[in-house]
Amino acid sequence: MDWNLLLTQFLNGLQLGLLLFLLASGLTLIFGIMDFINLAHGSFYMVGAYFCATLTLLTGSFVLALLMSVAGVFVVGLVIEASIVRRLYQHDHLDQVLVTFGLILCFDTLVHLIWGPEGMAIPLPRLLDGQITVGSLVFPTYRVIIIVSGLLVAIGLYVLVMKTRLGMLIRAGASNRVMVSALGVNINRLFMIVFALGAALAGLSGLLIAPITEASIGMGNEIIILAFVVVIVGGIGSIKGAFFSAVLIGLIDTMGRSYLDDFLKLFMSIQNAETAAPALSAMLIYILMAVILAVRPQGLFPPAGAR
Amino acid sequence: MRLVLEVHDVTTFYGDSQILFGLSLQVQEGQVVTLLGRNGMGKTTTVNSIMGIVPPREGEIRYGSRLISGLPPYRISNLGIGLVPEGRQIFPNLTVRENLLATAGNMSAKKDPWDLERVLAFLPSLKARLRNLGNHLSGGEQQMLAIGRALMTNPTLLILDEATEGLAPLVRAEIWSRLKLLKTEGQSILLIDKNLLALMRLADRHYIIEKGNIVWSGSSRELEAEPALKARYLGV
Ligand SMILES: Nc1ncnc2c1ncn2[C@@H]1O[C@H](COP(=O)(O)OP(=O)(O)OP(=O)(O)O)[C@@H](O)[C@H]1O
Ligand SMILES: [Mg+2]
Repeated sequence: MDWNLLLTQFLNGLQLGLLLFLLASGLTLIFGIMDFINLAHGSFYMVGAYFCATLTLLTGSFVLALLMSVAGVFVVGLVIEASIVRRLYQHDHLDQVLVTFGLILCFDTLVHLIWGPEGMAIPLPRLLDGQITVGSLVFPTYRVIIIVSGLLVAIGLYVLVMKTRLGMLIRAGASNRVMVSALGVNINRLFMIVFALGAALAGLSGLLIAPITEASIGMGNEIIILAFVVVIVGGIGSIKGAFFSAVLIGLIDTMGRSYLDDFLKLFMSIQNAETAAPALSAMLIYILMAVILAVRPQGLFPPAGAR
Repeated sequence: MRLVLEVHDVTTFYGDSQILFGLSLQVQEGQVVTLLGRNGMGKTTTVNSIMGIVPPREGEIRYGSRLISGLPPYRISNLGIGLVPEGRQIFPNLTVRENLLATAGNMSAKKDPWDLERVLAFLPSLKARLRNLGNHLSGGEQQMLAIGRALMTNPTLLILDEATEGLAPLVRAEIWSRLKLLKTEGQSILLIDKNLLALMRLADRHYIIEKGNIVWSGSSRELEAEPALKARYLGV
């Protein structure tokens, strides 16, 4: 067994998991609290990446571009909520799915018009572009940065939702929005903030991955499906659930892709294992989802007091 | 005396079905006013109309001199109306402490406002439950919490819909004594309950609602003097 490879893959899985968490945390809040299904959540992921690419070129500073982009996607989220999404809360899920699917097409076309069909790379500052060596393990610095910032955001989000007044209102709004407004809180504004916050987190996720993969049209469309799996496995509306299921799914997906063939070779022919492994590893998380839903239909960590 | 709330000729619908038919009532400052009537007569609908939860189609509702019909619920609440709703509607996924704090505020800019400490001294049964989730409370505790939660918004007018419904006698007595105390502090209250005896002792004025209309109003003494009313409209 190559322990360095295992550790590297573990870190890669963790990184994927944390990026998924950033994407899924907003999705789960929006789904859990506003009962709104936003297929276009992945578009914020893409927009974040493009904003950051352009702003990095303009400002010359990745970190500055990062901050500005997150703020920018927050504003985009506000605008989309106020102009389109707000009208859909009262509609059923099918309408929401149709409209937000349309939104994906609009976003993709808009990005195509503004930035062209080619992807955009984001150059990293030298400081972040190196490698960290621990013993015989060599791991790119930037991936460590992704992991650390994902963990920090997770902690921050947990504190926000569990410890602050805004978080109390978010949770209260999830259980009884009429009562929240009858007690003096502007629920429309609250929803708008939650939506934009979710958008900003998705944008952060997209711009963090873009220096590795580059910003490209439709980059959010694949990962949003994974993010929905994360939301459902974790328990709709649960930040804690989103965190653990995102990390779990990130790890299983990454590990499956690199180790499943070895594993299958233990009890089938090498040739069969090599054909079965890629197909199976692509399905692994969906199998996981099916199993978890069969055992715990509410997901791993349904929000406290959920009915 | 100053008028706190004036409901004037209000008509309210749920979809196509009309529930209130030109209902009017008034609450003066510092008064406890009750809304009496059998099941399904429109008491909760009246509350929902006042709060803007189900905005009236016609008529006017004024808070002080200000027109509030047509405003969204949060603005009405912010002007100084605190609601203890039918069914208590505690946030089940928040702790008792969070239930009290989440929507707290000093809406009517009181000099000596309700805060956590004062509410807990006023409703001591909540003290030991602060860390419990709302859905882990008994009915009585939930009602105390609903009252505390409304007081934490520091309302000028407190509305209680079914103040003691479904509660044990001892808990009811506790709630009546709390409301009495609030009254002596000058709190204006609009009160809905089916416990006539307690209401007559506490309230200054009563309105009887029948099929979405006020059919009688008067003081406790006047109500006492007309036993026919009780039989006819209240089923007692
Ligand atoms: N959401 C609703 N949609 C349609 N009709 C409703 C709705 N809520 C109440 N109603 C009807 O409105 C009428 C008045 O109901 P309301 O809840 O105001 O009565 P109430 O006097 O508060 O009764 P209770 O003593 O049972 O609380 C009833 O006939 C009821 O069936
Ligand atoms: Mg009622």
